Amino acid sequence: MIELVALRYRWPGTAQDCLAIDALHVDAGRTLFLHGPSGGGKSTLLGLLAGVLLPREGTVSLLGTPWGALSGARRDAFRADHVGYIFQQFNLLPYLSVLDNVLLPCRFSSLRRQRASAATGSPQAAAAALLQRVGLSDALWARAASQLSVGQQQRVAAARALIGQPELVIADEPTSALDGALRDSFMALLLQQCRDAGSTLVFVSHDERLAALFDASLSLSQINRAKA
Amino acid sequence: MNAVLSIAWRSAWSRRGTLALVALSVALSTFLLLGVERLRSDVRENFAQSVSGTDLIVGARTGPMQLLLYAVFRVGGATNNVRMDSLQAIAKHRAVAWMVPLSLGDSHRGFPVLATTPAYFEHFRHGDRQPLQLAQGRAFSGDLPGLYEVVLGAEVAERLGYRLGDKIALSHGGGEMPGAEHADKPFTVIGILRRSGTPVDRTLHISLQAMEAVHLDWVAGVPLPGMKISAEQARAADLEPKQVTAALIGLKNRAAVFAVQRAIADYEAEPLMAVLPGVALDELWDVVGNAERALLAMSAMVAVVSLAGLVAVVLAGLNERRRELAVLRAVGAAPRHVLLMLAIEGAMVTLLGVALGAAAVALAIVALAPWLQSAYGITLTLSAPSAEQWGLLGAVLAAGFLASLVPGWRAYRLSLADGLSPPV
Repeated sequence: MIELVALRYRWPGTAQDCLAIDALHVDAGRTLFLHGPSGGGKSTLLGLLAGVLLPREGTVSLLGTPWGALSGARRDAFRADHVGYIFQQFNLLPYLSVLDNVLLPCRFSSLRRQRASAATGSPQAAAAALLQRVGLSDALWARAASQLSVGQQQRVAAARALIGQPELVIADEPTSALDGALRDSFMALLLQQCRDAGSTLVFVSHDERLAALFDASLSLSQINRAKA
Repeated sequence: MNAVLSIAWRSAWSRRGTLALVALSVALSTFLLLGVERLRSDVRENFAQSVSGTDLIVGARTGPMQLLLYAVFRVGGATNNVRMDSLQAIAKHRAVAWMVPLSLGDSHRGFPVLATTPAYFEHFRHGDRQPLQLAQGRAFSGDLPGLYEVVLGAEVAERLGYRLGDKIALSHGGGEMPGAEHADKPFTVIGILRRSGTPVDRTLHISLQAMEAVHLDWVAGVPLPGMKISAEQARAADLEPKQVTAALIGLKNRAAVFAVQRAIADYEAEPLMAVLPGVALDELWDVVGNAERALLAMSAMVAVVSLAGLVAVVLAGLNERRRELAVLRAVGAAPRHVLLMLAIEGAMVTLLGVALGAAAVALAIVALAPWLQSAYGITLTLSAPSAEQWGLLGAVLAAGFLASLVPGWRAYRLSLADGLSPPV
């Protein structure tokens, strides 16, 4: 699923690598917890996994395709087809309705649109089903995303990442803006939905207590040999 | 493409307050640009339509434009008069078909009074050789019983509310001296002309003899003290004019126009000149043209400034939208989609501005046309934009679209650099 070999990455204009990972392998359908302190290169690694950044050396492959082998436009299309992404917060476009936010990946990927339709008949129906499953009542669907609470917004973001069953879901500290009970219910829901959809989940957080919920757990500072 | 279009629209709508201001500034500059161009071409059209069918205008030696301005447009005045016997001699030239003397100088409540012969109504043409037409009544007869008859231009009758049979008094000169009125010799309105869209609309027409009659007891612009000649006594006096201001001449054959012009210039008994109305109009445009171009250039500058405003506003807002750009990239949008989105936004704002500006011009024409007509005698008509005006609109649109590529390009770069992790 994810294959990472001899990766070296440094930000443009810097002299030192910020990431140096010899190997990382994630099987399809697994859930991986990546632990790392803030500023430890977590977001950079996720950017590399999502094909937004390219390594200076080494390869990052998704579904057997090295990101570096694709042109810029193909990388964007490949990401649209196969990757769902959840940010720490501010996931939604405030000027779109909740339903339209969930449907966004289907606008940019025909593959996701087809898969969503195949399961439930139409992308709209798929989005509605997902919103139902993440516990957002239909009264909220037509609302502007900006009117939702932070917890509700993260659930919508999860539904959006999952629509059209992407092979990989990447979550970048999605619970850091949530407290106690909200966080637990979000985690349960995200893991359950990923398992149901058969999606691989890569989840990054500095909160080690969450590690137990995942199939595997890794510490970024242990696998990253670059000295910051 | 469709996805980007709808997202661009929703995104722009969410920032409609700011963008509306930008559209308004584009609208304002479109209004200026189109309005100036519109006024320019309509005024030119109006002037060009003011006289036709007249081959030469004769007057005392002066500038050709000055002669044209006072003889046709009633602007400015003559420095010297023309002797009537000179004109009669010229009228005998074998190429001349008709000659209509014009005498200017008096006014009525701000409108100029033109003294001429009844032949004026027969020979004067405007626009596409259209003759003057009477809406009501008849032309003055030019004989003694009809001495104090006046024919009004359409605008004069409408503005002052005159009807057939009304009695009016003329003022001496431009009417600037209070009391300098020919009140002792009132005129009767016997005809009202149909609107022509030319200076004729603003003119009162009397016979040359009437002009003589009202001035019998005047010398050098003031009434002679102790001398009063009543309206009836005047009929007995010699009313044949000795001098007039200018004359319109029509030829039997236009090919002779330069020969006649030379003959008039060479006329020995009096220094005279003759101008071709078309040539004098062209000269007038050469002078006015510079001012027109300057005005148009200013309007173009305003358009550039407003588009610079568009770039500045969208560019300034871009930093706050880096989160939005990252979200778009996360759901699969490419940087080129981001560029497209910004370009669409710019195009929408400019299109809205241009449409608003064009609509404002149309509205202004409808609202201001009656006033312009009455105050300046300029006829503005609401019509589809000319090729030039479409060109201007297209230029503003194209410039707006190109200008919006600047923030578009910036967003493209930001989107590439930030990827999924914009600075929070």
